[in-house]
Amino acid sequence: MSATIDDMRARAAAPPAPILQVENVARYYGERVGCRDVAFDLWPGEVLGVVGESGSGKSTLLRCLAGLDTPSAGHIRFDDDGVLLDIHALPEPARRALMRRAWGIVHQNPRDGLRMDVSAGGNVGERLMDRGARHYGQIRARAADWLGRVEIDPARIDDPPRRFSGGMQQRLQIARVLVSEPRLVFMDEPTGGLDVSVQAKLLDLLRVLVRDLGIAAVIVTHDLAVARLLTDRLMVMKDGRVIEQGLTDQVLDDPQQAYTQLLTSAVLV
Amino acid sequence: MTLMVRVTNVSKTFVLHNQDGVRLPILSAIGFSVEAGECVVLHGPSGAGKSTLLRLLYGNYKCTDGRIQIRHEGEMVDIAQADARRILDIRRRTLSYVSQFLRVIPRVPTLDIVKEPLVTRGVPVAAAEARAGAMLARLNIPERLWRLPPATFSGGEQQRVNIARSFIAITPVMLLDEPTASLDARNRDIVIELIEEARMAGSALIGIFHDEAVRERAASRRFDIHSTNAAEAA
Repeated sequence: MSATIDDMRARAAAPPAPILQVENVARYYGERVGCRDVAFDLWPGEVLGVVGESGSGKSTLLRCLAGLDTPSAGHIRFDDDGVLLDIHALPEPARRALMRRAWGIVHQNPRDGLRMDVSAGGNVGERLMDRGARHYGQIRARAADWLGRVEIDPARIDDPPRRFSGGMQQRLQIARVLVSEPRLVFMDEPTGGLDVSVQAKLLDLLRVLVRDLGIAAVIVTHDLAVARLLTDRLMVMKDGRVIEQGLTDQVLDDPQQAYTQLLTSAVLV
Repeated sequence: MTLMVRVTNVSKTFVLHNQDGVRLPILSAIGFSVEAGECVVLHGPSGAGKSTLLRLLYGNYKCTDGRIQIRHEGEMVDIAQADARRILDIRRRTLSYVSQFLRVIPRVPTLDIVKEPLVTRGVPVAAAEARAGAMLARLNIPERLWRLPPATFSGGEQQRVNIARSFIAITPVMLLDEPTASLDARNRDIVIELIEEARMAGSALIGIFHDEAVRERAASRRFDIHSTNAAEAA
């Protein structure tokens, strides 16, 4: 009995490991540099922001991290319940299975993350079926619950997303991603293309969900206000490289590099 | 007494790269210590760097030089050297920053804003809500406002919501950036009581107060900051 308690104490006291370890990742397109020399650890429950202008390499980096593109160099390791997997060394089917099981990707355009002709409930329920759920009533009930959590009227469960507004589509995409309780989520400009008022609601929703579920996330955005609201840590990219990183509020309030000072002085954050 | 904060030889110079690399020395060779149960007031003319020092202590600004040690879980940790993850952990459990401005997401109800620090620390929601209500009542926020987002509240009400949120979960080290500015006498007295209670509970507080009366009553000690900036400019 006491051994069990000691085990529990030991587990509680043991420092958790990073969920993602990124080592000198680079992506070249011929001579052109997409991104290079990117290295960081991401810990469970931590939200990392990547900011920079168009062409800075932030989207290229995200695609490599999320397994959608293959880096030209470097390693990306994912801690799969104590087993460290080099994701780009895995055979394609194993990587795809891992992505479905443990990761989520929120695309900037909800059309890239949703099936537009399948009902809202089907979009959410499908992910549960991927994970082995088979009971129709339970799947539908959980889908309805998630629609409520992202503030979509569950009465619209049978409507296809093409009949939804942009903001609703984005919230549906978030429900579809989070319903399978991923441990790691990648988001590419999650509030891009939405009205400011809709953005605020969506940001609050994301903030609360990420906190409550203890999800680790990498969020790419060019919007520094979004980064301030959602992220713990920030990386600033320019010309394919990380030029500054640190605590989000510190990077935004006391930027050290000339480029970061220019970025933060150009807008109110 | 327990040493909670030790500032050693801290300097801060801002370098404005996009304005011909202009250097703004704000603080130089600052040193002081704060023990549990103390409330130290930073004192100095406007522009002396009081707010800058508070932000350095919170890890919001980077030190140009020096050490800022804070007792975190029994160990003195140097904020100036700690990585982002460590600073976040220190902020979660040890160090808080109380400003006069409420910064929240527009549509979140007041009661949720005030209870959040307790929920984050694992207090059950019902208990957190009860304590949030008690704190709001104490700061004279009428109950009919609790379910509303504070965006439409008056400046003074928003400030009191912020105080409620800040003092509902006191931390071992608290940084106060003019928490009583623009409050009326009655509410100012309540903030002074809250500061006294935090001291009694063993917190170390470091604050900026422009109001002489508040300074007299809340502070156990004063630390004078002379202006590096003014000296350089002269």
